[in-house]
Amino acid sequence: MSFRNYIRERFFPHIWCPGCGHGIVLNNMLRAVEDLGLAKNELVMVSGIGCSSRISGYVDFHSLHTLHGRALAFATGVKMSQPNLKVIVPMGDGDALAIGGNHFIHACRRNMDITAVIMNNRIYGMTGGQFSPLTGTGLKATTAPLQTIDQSFDIAHMATASGASYVARTTSYHFQEITKYLKQAISHKGFSVVEILSPCPTHFGRRNKLGSAVNMLEFLKDNTAQVGSKALENNPELIERGVFVHKDTPEYCSEYERLIQAAHKG
Amino acid sequence: MTETNIRFIQGNEVCVEAALYAGLDFFAGYPITPSSEIAEHMASRLPALGGKFLQMEDEISSICAIIGASLTGHKVMTATSGPGFSLMQEALGFAVMAEIPCVIADIQRGGPSTGLPTHGSQGDIYQAKWGTHGDHAIIALTASTHQDLFRMTVEGFNLAETYRTPVILLFDEMSGHMREKVELPKPGEVQVVQRLRTALPEGVDYHPYLPREDGRLPMSDFGGRHRYNVTGLYHDMWGFPTSDPKIIHGLIHHLVDKIENSVHQITHYKEYFLEDATCVLVSYGSTARSALHIVKNRRNRGEKLGLLELQTLWPFPAQLVREKCAQAVSVVVVEMNMGQVVQEVKKAVDRPERVFLANRVDGEFITPTDIKNMLRLIQGRGV
Repeated sequence: MSFRNYIRERFFPHIWCPGCGHGIVLNNMLRAVEDLGLAKNELVMVSGIGCSSRISGYVDFHSLHTLHGRALAFATGVKMSQPNLKVIVPMGDGDALAIGGNHFIHACRRNMDITAVIMNNRIYGMTGGQFSPLTGTGLKATTAPLQTIDQSFDIAHMATASGASYVARTTSYHFQEITKYLKQAISHKGFSVVEILSPCPTHFGRRNKLGSAVNMLEFLKDNTAQVGSKALENNPELIERGVFVHKDTPEYCSEYERLIQAAHKG
Repeated sequence: MTETNIRFIQGNEVCVEAALYAGLDFFAGYPITPSSEIAEHMASRLPALGGKFLQMEDEISSICAIIGASLTGHKVMTATSGPGFSLMQEALGFAVMAEIPCVIADIQRGGPSTGLPTHGSQGDIYQAKWGTHGDHAIIALTASTHQDLFRMTVEGFNLAETYRTPVILLFDEMSGHMREKVELPKPGEVQVVQRLRTALPEGVDYHPYLPREDGRLPMSDFGGRHRYNVTGLYHDMWGFPTSDPKIIHGLIHHLVDKIENSVHQITHYKEYFLEDATCVLVSYGSTARSALHIVKNRRNRGEKLGLLELQTLWPFPAQLVREKCAQAVSVVVVEMNMGQVVQEVKKAVDRPERVFLANRVDGEFITPTDIKNMLRLIQGRGV
């Protein structure tokens, strides 16, 4: 593939630190778009605030860089008003689950055809390493100098419980899965969630003595396993990867179209 | 004119009819008293017109959704009241910064906080102007009668599209819930402004944030032929983030100047008996009705009272107020708050010590008697 066809070189160099997993996500997101043969003019990328949210500016699509936590709300307006557009929403920890948590569960419930990509690095990177709702307990952050006592969300389970019709999880190590799941998610008619565990060596790794960026990727390799795999059966402590939900449920814009038809008949 | 053009309806419903007249086809909102009828009527009217109604999870997502929909080329609105308007402030600033046309109807209730949900107030005048952070200009309109409420709602959409900016409709509970006769104009009777769109073909470098000589910025719909970036960060003419001091300086001045330099085009008002008035009442919204009543009543008795009814509150028409109040011995601002517009009037006139406030802030509507009592105090006659 030719990356130059998809990126805005004017925006580069990007702001991500060496070893950050987000570049791998961008790379494989563009592969997914190319594999699907989507026209750049039919794609809208809507993001919130933070390291992950800068991804919207780097790509040569219609791009909307919004407010912290509100990306899905803006995206809902874009998609609802112009349902023929493909809407992809890259988000970070806060965008998706903290300040944006309420929008997230309601977006899952509504099942509008939007693809939410959650780049979970378990930390607030851009603001300097404060803990997030995905950090988990027993770790260190600038706002948890002793250790975190807050429990983390399980995004895949929360999305499933909230009604998302496609839910998958993978990691920056498993880059081919990123492309595969994003292709499925973007093609899926309904609200799709792809969580990607993405290392932040600068703020999460260093403070918690997790080694180099390579060590952090190896951790993702060694501590995750496919849903339904033997490895997971043998060691339930492993983090599940794979597709959790892939079902047909009525999509919001189509349902609204039905209301319009009914109103016309009525 | 057909019979159906004359209606006896609530102000909130007038607002809906006017928005549809102006071309609205996308509404997102969250119910809150006393604005909820706007959402209800939108939900009822829009599907049959092929428009979209969304009930969002809160006010924050409501304003975000309409901003997103505006970018795809639609005319959009949300409606709320004080507490909801507070929640919308951050996204309001985004719409100012990214220059995205949208209309927010704030049907004011008593505040602060949850305040008086079912009682009227005009306490959000400053929130409309300064509720979000940073320096910016804003347009806020109001009205005292249903006929004007229709006109100012259409005007709100026209100004939003003309200046690429959010416009606030600062109506109040009394206007929103009151029923009175309104004549809905036929299509074409009232001017409706359409968004200026770029004529540049695909492949030509489009600058979404490069103003033309006349100051207007042609838009390109998301999903259309030009791909560009929209951000709440300071941005260059392509919409890309920048921290270049020259560009920042230029952008903030552009955002303020495009509105502040157009005060005359944006200003709407009404005047009654001002030619020889020695006492000028200044009012707006539903309270202007009580003010007008007392002016007419006193005129019958030979007192030289006049009324300046403001319909544009922001940008504040200081020059107009100064001119209209120049000959007055006293100026009395009639409003239902602790004194918001009165501060602007004091700043505008030559002799601020002659400016008084006739207000009521207990949730009850300000009556002609309340105003009369204030006038007696000012005139040294006791209540």
